[in-house]
Amino acid sequence: MMADLSLNQSASEANFGKIALRWLLYALLGLFALYYLLPLFVMVTTSLKSLEEIRTGSLVTLPREVTFDAWKTAWSGACTGIQCEGLRPYFWNSVLLAVPAVFLSTLIGALNGYVVAQWKFKGANLIFSLMLFGCFIPFQVVLLPMARMLGLMGIAGTIPGLIFVHVIYGIGFTTLFFRNYYVTIPSELVKAAKVDGANFFRIFWSIFLPLSLPIIVVTVIWQFTQIWNDFLFGVSFSQAGTQPITVALNNIVNSTTGVKEYNVDMAAAIIAALPTLFVYVVAGKYFIRGLTAGSVKG
Amino acid sequence: MAPILEIQTLFKNYGSTEILKDINIAIEPGDFLVLVGPSGCGKSTLLNCIAGLEPITGGSLHIGGKDMTHVSPKDRDIAMVFQSYALYPTMSVAKNITFGMKVRGVDAATQDRKLAEVANQLQIEPLLQRRPGQLSGGQRQRVAMGRALVRDPKLFLFDEPLSNLDAKLRVEMRSEIKKLHQTLGATMVYVTHDQIEAMTLATKIVVMKGGVIQQIGTPAEIYNTPANLFVADFMGSPAMNLIPAKVMQNGGGARIEISRGQGGPIVLHDPKAEGLPEDVILGLRPEDIAEAGFRAGEGVQEAECLVDMVEPAGADTYVVSELGGKQITARMHAETSASAGSSLTFAFDLNKVSYFAPETGDRLN
Ligand SMILES: Nc1ncnc2c1ncn2[C@@H]1O[C@H](COP(=O)(O)OP(=O)(O)OP(=O)(O)O)[C@@H](O)[C@H]1O
Ligand SMILES: [Mg+2]
Repeated sequence: MMADLSLNQSASEANFGKIALRWLLYALLGLFALYYLLPLFVMVTTSLKSLEEIRTGSLVTLPREVTFDAWKTAWSGACTGIQCEGLRPYFWNSVLLAVPAVFLSTLIGALNGYVVAQWKFKGANLIFSLMLFGCFIPFQVVLLPMARMLGLMGIAGTIPGLIFVHVIYGIGFTTLFFRNYYVTIPSELVKAAKVDGANFFRIFWSIFLPLSLPIIVVTVIWQFTQIWNDFLFGVSFSQAGTQPITVALNNIVNSTTGVKEYNVDMAAAIIAALPTLFVYVVAGKYFIRGLTAGSVKG
Repeated sequence: MAPILEIQTLFKNYGSTEILKDINIAIEPGDFLVLVGPSGCGKSTLLNCIAGLEPITGGSLHIGGKDMTHVSPKDRDIAMVFQSYALYPTMSVAKNITFGMKVRGVDAATQDRKLAEVANQLQIEPLLQRRPGQLSGGQRQRVAMGRALVRDPKLFLFDEPLSNLDAKLRVEMRSEIKKLHQTLGATMVYVTHDQIEAMTLATKIVVMKGGVIQQIGTPAEIYNTPANLFVADFMGSPAMNLIPAKVMQNGGGARIEISRGQGGPIVLHDPKAEGLPEDVILGLRPEDIAEAGFRAGEGVQEAECLVDMVEPAGADTYVVSELGGKQITARMHAETSASAGSSLTFAFDLNKVSYFAPETGDRLN
């Protein structure tokens, strides 16, 4: 009886310890979350305040009076140098740039990965290594040769030119992603399909693509984030009408005329970040799944 | 009739390593050819070469009388079942089975009809809408068979189709495949490293080792007259007893002396041993060694041996003794009087004896 009691006691003590530990963990996590969320909080609240209030109030208070004026200005009125059209035209530039560039680099990466993983040819490993090497070349190194290239091709300063740059630069990564995914698929699958009479593209289309959703999501998120957030290529290879949103954001924030409109800057920054945020929220759970996806169970 | 499959002096290298060396095989229509050999001996490679999934380094390959050496797999009129089944994971069972026809542009009505036929034959109708991931091992195996059967090819190729199944299911599927072969009258090439599977299924067995064919023959030929020590040892379970012996020529026949654990050597007489070299390896299957009194007739000779071990195995009892410095196994009836440590008179049935040369391993008689 005694032993029983003490056993219970120590069990409940252990239980208590467990719960305490859990709460400590939550508290710690909450603290981290707060730490990461604070800048966002400041950005959102600041963007909803008037300039007057920003000057007089404190950084972390909620807006006394919510106003969307700054958002309107950021979207369609803020000045990027001499023009004052806001972010809108550049937002569409970025969309026109990112969508085809993501699509093309993902598609080419999938095909490359499929070849390197499942259609081994002489020198396949060398080519793959070179592509991997391409992932590690710093952006700055390719700027000059790329500028010359674009000039020769007659697409310097155009959106197709920027698409070209991003596709080329992205292929290394996308190929790596797809290759690593496709090597886990048993090669007997390809053999079976060959015996069934399917050719290279048919096997890719009917067997490999349907298996690829997780890795496509990973690649699309990665590429979209890279391309949407890119500044260096955008600023180097664009002209007045073709600049992507990151360059325009920089110009808005840095244009020196008049007073500094912090609320407009914040709103503009949030607008520029929204699409990547959106992509993560929509596809995030596939992202995790894709990163951890192992072999395909037949 | 012309052979369905004819392989002549086939060589296959991966880089500089020779995997298959001088393979010559011919298969008649309706044959069930089993490729058997230890792991890594090149069975799958040979099957892939026949299918056209691996290019060959030398030699030629004819299927249905046509030279297929450089023809792509889809035009070889073959169907293949893989060890891992290789079912398309995102397609339903029905789509898996009809994929080949779809790719080849067979019309939908024919596809449906053939699918129904095969599904009925293999009894997988209730599974047709499932994905491969939702099937058990045995069901997957059936689907993989279905994908091959629906094609109605000249030649079926099977790469260890039963090796992923548990023992009971394996025996079941084995007899089903045998039945299938008999009803279809199809020609099949079947890879396994399970020698029992080989014996029960084959009309013809090819034993391979290290990329070289050791022997081609019917199961009975392979079992009764193995061409060398490797085949003798590999086929049959328990394995053939391979006993070092000395042959003494004495005019009207030959004396065979085998050293014994204790006492002088055993002496046997076999007229077939005439003209053999002095040192031989004598091969005798466990069932050709019996307890004295249970086997009689010409060629049966008796000798006393010390019993080392008695292993009851249900219907039979295996009795182990030492002869010629080797453990030998005799298959005796369940009620044998043998007991470990005592001696027993063994009856050696020399009618089915094999002699091998110790150095080369080749058969001598
Ligand atoms: N792509 C390859 N490159 C180099 N060597 C290979 C390749 N594929 C197979 N081999 C080698 O060829 C030999 C035969 O392989 P194979 O797969 O045909 O053996 P197997 O008889 O089917 O064996 P198992 O019973 O284990 O399936 C092995 O030694 C293997 O290492
Ligand atoms: Mg194999």
